[in-house]
Amino acid sequence: MIQFVLLISRQGKVRLTKWYSPYSQKERTKVLRELSGVILSRVPKLCNFVEWREYKVVYKRYASLYFCMCIDQDDNELETLEIIHHYVEILDRYFGSVCELDLIFNFHKAYYILDELLIAGELQESSKKTVARLIAAQDSLVETAKEQASSISNIIAQATK
Amino acid sequence: MGSQGGFGQSKEFLDLIKSIGETRSKAEEDRIVLHEIETLKRRISEPDIPKRKMKEYIIRLVYVEMLGHDASFGYIHAVKMTHDDNLLLKRTGYLAVTLFLNEDHDLIILIVNTIQKDLKSDNYLVVCAALNAVCKLINEETIPAVLPQVVELLDHTKEAVRKKAIMALHRFYQKSPSSVSHLLSNFRKRLRDNDPGVMGATLCPLFDLITIDVNSYKDLVISFVSILKQVAERRLPKSYDYHQIPAPFIQIRLLKILGLLGIGDKQASGSMYTVIGDIIKKCDSSSNIGNAVLYESICCVSSIYPNPKLLEAAADLISRFLKSDSHNLKYMGIDALGQLIKISPEIAEKHQLAVIDCLEDPDDTLKRKTFELLYKMTMSSNVEVIVDRMIDYMISINDNHYKTYIASRCVELAEQFAPSNHWFIQTMNKVFEHAGDLVNVKVAHNLMRLIAEGFGEDAAAADSLLRSSAVESYLSIIGEPKLPSVFLQVICWVLGEYGTADGNYSASYITGKLCDVAEAYSNDETVKAYAVTALTKIYAFEITAGRKVDMLSECQSLVEELSASHSTDLQQRAYELLALTRLDVHAIESIMPPDASCEDIEIDKNLSFLNSYVQQSLENGAQPYIPENELAGTWNINNLRSQDQHEFSQHGLRFEAYELPKPPVQPTVSPPSLSSSTELVPVPEPSYLRESHQVSSATSVSDAGSSELKLRLDGVQRKWGKLKYSSPSSSTSSSTSQKPVIGVTQADVSSSVNSKPRDTYDSRKSHVDPEKQKLAASLFGGSSKTEKRPSSSHKTAKASGNAVDGSQEPKTAVVSNEVHVNKTYHEPPPDLLDLGEQTFSSSTSLDPFKQLEGLLDPSQVTSTRNHSVAAATKAPDIMAIYAETTSSAQTSSDGYSIPSSGDDMNLIFGFSNATTNISHGETTTVTPLSQSIKGPNLKDALQKDSMVRQMGVTPSTQNPNLFKDLLG
Repeated sequence: MIQFVLLISRQGKVRLTKWYSPYSQKERTKVLRELSGVILSRVPKLCNFVEWREYKVVYKRYASLYFCMCIDQDDNELETLEIIHHYVEILDRYFGSVCELDLIFNFHKAYYILDELLIAGELQESSKKTVARLIAAQDSLVETAKEQASSISNIIAQATK
Repeated sequence: MGSQGGFGQSKEFLDLIKSIGETRSKAEEDRIVLHEIETLKRRISEPDIPKRKMKEYIIRLVYVEMLGHDASFGYIHAVKMTHDDNLLLKRTGYLAVTLFLNEDHDLIILIVNTIQKDLKSDNYLVVCAALNAVCKLINEETIPAVLPQVVELLDHTKEAVRKKAIMALHRFYQKSPSSVSHLLSNFRKRLRDNDPGVMGATLCPLFDLITIDVNSYKDLVISFVSILKQVAERRLPKSYDYHQIPAPFIQIRLLKILGLLGIGDKQASGSMYTVIGDIIKKCDSSSNIGNAVLYESICCVSSIYPNPKLLEAAADLISRFLKSDSHNLKYMGIDALGQLIKISPEIAEKHQLAVIDCLEDPDDTLKRKTFELLYKMTMSSNVEVIVDRMIDYMISINDNHYKTYIASRCVELAEQFAPSNHWFIQTMNKVFEHAGDLVNVKVAHNLMRLIAEGFGEDAAAADSLLRSSAVESYLSIIGEPKLPSVFLQVICWVLGEYGTADGNYSASYITGKLCDVAEAYSNDETVKAYAVTALTKIYAFEITAGRKVDMLSECQSLVEELSASHSTDLQQRAYELLALTRLDVHAIESIMPPDASCEDIEIDKNLSFLNSYVQQSLENGAQPYIPENELAGTWNINNLRSQDQHEFSQHGLRFEAYELPKPPVQPTVSPPSLSSSTELVPVPEPSYLRESHQVSSATSVSDAGSSELKLRLDGVQRKWGKLKYSSPSSSTSSSTSQKPVIGVTQADVSSSVNSKPRDTYDSRKSHVDPEKQKLAASLFGGSSKTEKRPSSSHKTAKASGNAVDGSQEPKTAVVSNEVHVNKTYHEPPPDLLDLGEQTFSSSTSLDPFKQLEGLLDPSQVTSTRNHSVAAATKAPDIMAIYAETTSSAQTSSDGYSIPSSGDDMNLIFGFSNATTNISHGETTTVTPLSQSIKGPNLKDALQKDSMVRQMGVTPSTQNPNLFKDLLG
């Protein structure tokens, strides 16, 4: 199971955090500090894995952004690495050549996408197309649903008068 | 999908993000965030905020919280937002609450109602949003509130909803298995879902369930095997392909499940062999995801009932991993090797040099993994080398978590396989010296016990030798500054018990040392307590032996000082010492018999020896004893000490008498329980004793793999002296595998593997230094003596070697499972998926082999691609190679990249012309990756840039990376 997902910039700035196990705010800060220290200081060419506490952290760098996922001991590191890449590819499709700035200003959208990919720390969908379709549906239906909702509630409001 | 680059937020928010982006210190960032919190606090509580505004505030709260600050003042607003009818707002609300609240938060009760309502919504997006929240927020108490609806949703028409409902149910199961125990059959049902996504999601809970209870799911073996077969045969929709591998994530999960189901089950395993073999054969090992699947197959093969053919294939895969240049693959290879040696220990030998390379790698992660492997393959012939290495590493690191871990590993191995007493004691000394405070205190107690118990009855001489060498080494080490407390306790105990036993050291010498310890560590009461008790023992033994006792003056002052100590425990010990020295020889001999720490104490619970005394007292008119249960509070420990001519104390206020430890009790207790007061010196739990006896004596090598940290004392006894573990396989077989090209009796596969990657592997270190070989020899049972090193001509004859390999090309084409590790070279590019321009010419790697290769024309490079693997040390990550493209691209190792000023050496996604699946013996139809269609999209970047500038949010010059595409 994935314990948490972190996006950290090369300067150690936090771009996104998602915790699938309960961590208090204090613990989160500690984890972030600890892990960004470990991961940012690793030179290229080393493994993309770090053993950390009783977990393993798989990270991958994209431009100046590090994507990190913390997994259990018996999870497959290479698979996790690909889950990260899978996520980045979906982000890339969604934003169209995603860059760090997209994620900085649209971090909530990055969250929505992550929620379609992972749920409760497990990979829920491995098809890029499905995720993209769902996100698109949300984005577009949000608008129509909004109108519908208001019109329906108007109708209901009138009917119940 | 189009670009969604528009920033819908207000200028204010953009400014905030920008200013935080420009901060140079955490303090500055904190200041800005705190200011923002103040603003938000004020704004958010204003009346009649437009909803759109509120939504932004909530997102700002999320941002603040993400940066590690407390935004709890706004949680309630996020909760309110979930109630909104507008899906846009509702979604934001749900997002915020899932990020803010843990399952035990008080506000959750306010959301449950909304969730209930939303789960019934006819808009599936609303249902999805609610299910997302369910997975995060619902706790054990609230499960019943939503459970019926979630179960209903398992049959929803939308697959996205079914999928999330499955995951929610899985979450419920994790939180409270009993609440959903009646619903588990739903998972089986959903396994047959038409939608592959739902089926894939179902595998998560099934894996958990099978982990707990294998037997009830044996009937599903056939289903899993057939699903896996279909997946591997590309029967799933194309959209589940990932980098040309059919639904690899589903394959991995299925392999995991099969691995569980096949453990020790010959029949079940039998039905899996074909499909696993197929996967190993078919899977493309040039992509990262392919290797992930292959790795999982190795795990599966090594956990199910063994099949020689598959084991061979797995061993082959491992050697490919280990020979790869990618650290990731090496890491996985080491890990897989650790799994496979449980079944076939002999394969480790083939990879000895690779393993040693990993051990000496600068990458800590790899090193640790290698230690893990070494731990699993330790036997009495190599324990010294391995433990020495571990200790060296342990000394060199600062990470306490890992230090503790590796220290306990050292102790475990030393106890299990120690070749000699002397070595054992020395090793333990080193461990204690460098990680003493991190070691579990039980380890210390065990060491004491081990020294005390020795080898049993038949080896008295060896026992005393062990003790003497312990005493000697402790005396030499005792003067060192700052020894860990636990270690000092061991030292004191051993010196007290055996310091004078062999007559090599005088009592005054030992006592002097003990006093020094007590003085040097005067603020460690436990150590002082151990020291004083040790003194007591030494004096007692001296008196027993009929020698005159001269208490050293420092000793006297120590005892005096301690008898006025604030610690009652120390005080008591000091008084005991004084009292003891005044007794006569016979009394002392019965109180403190020498070398009796292992004797059992016979306790006469009925106190029958007091009968006559009691009788006498009664005759003299004493009150009869009233048992405790009849008169609570009268029970008094004093009757235990009635020897001392005490009258039975009648009633009193003493509800609980404190028990003065009687000196005779002490030496007969097992060693660790020296002290009578438990809070100072931990006494081993009784269960512990049992544990050490349970250990099976026949510890096989694979047994050592059990990660349980228990000390195998029985094992020690048997192991010592006898070389029970001969090296697992004869050295002859290994020598063949070391020869680069010469025909090997293994499968055809390995011969080709030998001819290529091995070449490169060996050539890379054609001058393996003798140290390493020696190490290999000592680790792997001397096989490297016979091994022939590849000639050093490799280095010089590299170019011709390439040509030779080129000529071998047709041969490799036939061979299955060839290593397709290809590498493209790039200038350090800014982008991750590099598309567009070729940078083959820009290979500026410093690697000498690389330069040699530069001399070759590109077409030759392709034919020698495996060589480039070795040379590719400059490239960051072999795993980054995705996807082969057409064979028409074979004219060069095409790398696409966008040259840029970036100093960021990123992961490169080279579209390498690959071996085009020669391994499959089929020509793959070319499916260009979706990304390859997409250009680097400079236009988008420019648009974004100008948009940001228009808004006045000019990214500061210090971080131009912000605009770089994550995926090129």
